[in-house]
Amino acid sequence: MALPVYASPLERLWRWVFRILCGAVLLFLIAPIIVVIPLSFNAEPYFTFTSKMLHFDPAGYSLQWYDKLLTFGMQAPGHERNWAWWSDVWQNAKWINAAKNSVIIGFFATLVATGLGTLAALGLSRPEMPYRRAIMAMLISPMIVPIIITATGLFFFYSDPGLPYPYLSFSPFGLHFGYFSLHDAFGFRLAGTYLGVILAHATLGIPFVIITVTATLIGFDHSLTRAAANLGASPTTTFFKVIMPLILPGVISGGLFAFVTSFDEVVVVLFIGAPDQQTIPRQMWNGIREQISPAILAVATILVVISIAMLATLELLRRRGERLRGMSPQ
Amino acid sequence: MADTTAAPLTTADGKPLKAALARAQSRARRRALLLVLPLLLFILVSFVLPIGELLKQSVENDYFTANMPRTVQWFQTHPAGTPPDEAAYAAVALDLKDGYTARTAPLAGTRVNYDMPGTRSLFTSTARKAAQMQPPYKDALLAADPKWGDPMLWATMRRVAPAISDDFYLAALDRTRDVNGNIVQVSQDQRIYIMLFMRTFGLAAAITFICFLMGYPVAHLLATLPLRKSNLLMILVLLPFWTSLLVRTTAWIVLLQREGVVNDILVWLGVVDNQHRLEMMYNQTGTIVAMTHILLPFMILPLYSVMRPIPPSYARAARSLGATSWTTFRRIYFPQTLPGIGAGSLLVFILAVGYYITPALVGGASGQLISNLIAFHLQNSLNWSLGSALAALLLVAVILLYWLYDRLVGIDKLKLG
Repeated sequence: MALPVYASPLERLWRWVFRILCGAVLLFLIAPIIVVIPLSFNAEPYFTFTSKMLHFDPAGYSLQWYDKLLTFGMQAPGHERNWAWWSDVWQNAKWINAAKNSVIIGFFATLVATGLGTLAALGLSRPEMPYRRAIMAMLISPMIVPIIITATGLFFFYSDPGLPYPYLSFSPFGLHFGYFSLHDAFGFRLAGTYLGVILAHATLGIPFVIITVTATLIGFDHSLTRAAANLGASPTTTFFKVIMPLILPGVISGGLFAFVTSFDEVVVVLFIGAPDQQTIPRQMWNGIREQISPAILAVATILVVISIAMLATLELLRRRGERLRGMSPQ
Repeated sequence: MADTTAAPLTTADGKPLKAALARAQSRARRRALLLVLPLLLFILVSFVLPIGELLKQSVENDYFTANMPRTVQWFQTHPAGTPPDEAAYAAVALDLKDGYTARTAPLAGTRVNYDMPGTRSLFTSTARKAAQMQPPYKDALLAADPKWGDPMLWATMRRVAPAISDDFYLAALDRTRDVNGNIVQVSQDQRIYIMLFMRTFGLAAAITFICFLMGYPVAHLLATLPLRKSNLLMILVLLPFWTSLLVRTTAWIVLLQREGVVNDILVWLGVVDNQHRLEMMYNQTGTIVAMTHILLPFMILPLYSVMRPIPPSYARAARSLGATSWTTFRRIYFPQTLPGIGAGSLLVFILAVGYYITPALVGGASGQLISNLIAFHLQNSLNWSLGSALAALLLVAVILLYWLYDRLVGIDKLKLG
């Protein structure tokens, strides 16, 4: 946008000040994320640029912190790097295990959240949906309610009836004051299990799926489904052949959000997860709280690269969605 | 209406059209509801019930009730103000004796300790001696520890005897009950929770305001640039939005700590002396900076989506009618962006009020928020009921704000990226 010809010199000056201000804010947003990347290649255990790094001396850089990520927690890190060493890494390295846990939990939580969320979004976007606003408000609330409250509630709800819960074990069939203890009712407890963490993470991811999928459905032409039915398609066929391809970008981006939510979640895992449910954020949390080492920066760098990949995927999906709906960017 | 006199319209098979339409509509409604039902049930079990459990925990604590049954019985049969007689001391001694064998005496003591610090050890130490106690129990208990004669202790025990009470809400608001059962403020040095609520809301408001000041110009720039350029700049906003919260918090620790990058640059520029590096981390400054960075995209994105469709011709029209650029901004542009300001500010404020991770990692002592204290009571002091009461109060505040957001902005307007 060029300035109009009638702009006064003061306005021209202000325009430059304004641009510099915006640049400063954008720098504030991006700088912390960018700074982490070179620091993770630091040859020294410092969190600042050494003079060697500033002079681009190769001796100032090293991959040692990435190496630490692989070897931390291994049984024989000094062993020759052959098949046995790598299998040791795969089985014992703490960060590798944390990554495995994060991926497993994130995958299933995403599956639950996307499945249930997409169905619900389809229902919510129907014009005849009753109590739409109230139901929507409730389904979005896990995103709004402070995570510490959700985690605390789940902590109580999932806990097995031990000493702090004498009133739960007294009750027949686990019924007491309208609440039931999963332990009494089904003989298992969710605290400290993968299932418990997965269900909790799915709950946290659901609002994102609802938001993205309903947003895709706003421009949805309902006469398409009627046309499909008119041409003899069963509701299932209509769903997979007509509706799904149109809302797929929304579903995938909702799923990505749900996955990222789970992949970045630490409070619920801290409250209800057992020590063996060590995820990447939890391992980071411990690392930052106990003694922060540049290995954390190496993890951070990897996570930044992953989020760049996610962002690129989303952007591609958005463009595809716009093309499919005939709204090409200018 | 005409159809009160004329024959009602009917469908081909003779049913009234109105009824047939209502049937068809209710079927469609049911089908829509059926699609939502699985998720609704899921959220009910995995989210609403746990929060119900938390609310229950905040009013119910039976550590004392379950483990001191005789004492509770005595309190029930004797009205408030009755001085403890031999029967009362006997009840306490026998309960403690049982509590010692069942190892539950510390629990009962814990419950009294919440309201009267220093009594937990009284319960454990007396329980150890209770096994050998002989009547008269009053003398035996007073011999074990003269604190058993304290009327305040008896008043406290009477108060905690019922399992369900509002004690924890009073405690969460820095209130307590005195010997006569009146609600009074706790002593000056113990008033922490109201101060902490104020700090939480104050910091959240400050962060919201800073986010507004920083986000408004950027959103305006993004909204007025050609789409191709603004999409490029938008990456700078979206990348932090997509980056792990822990990564961003770590990054700020690295940047702001004493030996960190920012201090190094300041020393190199000569702004700060090497001996007097700025303390920007593990205090309120650290919390504000890191939280502003994390929440800024939540301000920019709603502002952008409101600013983008504002036609630039309005501003041109105002200028051509003689308005200065400041007047144009104040009278024409700014009022049109108010919905975006409302949406962004409310969202940032709601998220900031409940923040936990960032203050816990970078806040130090002065940057702790109410969430951190809830976590403290759950994990360290193990006063779960007080933690729950604090959480319930925070929840009420957030739900009010959420309701306001729905009223002013609408939940369905919430957009991500």
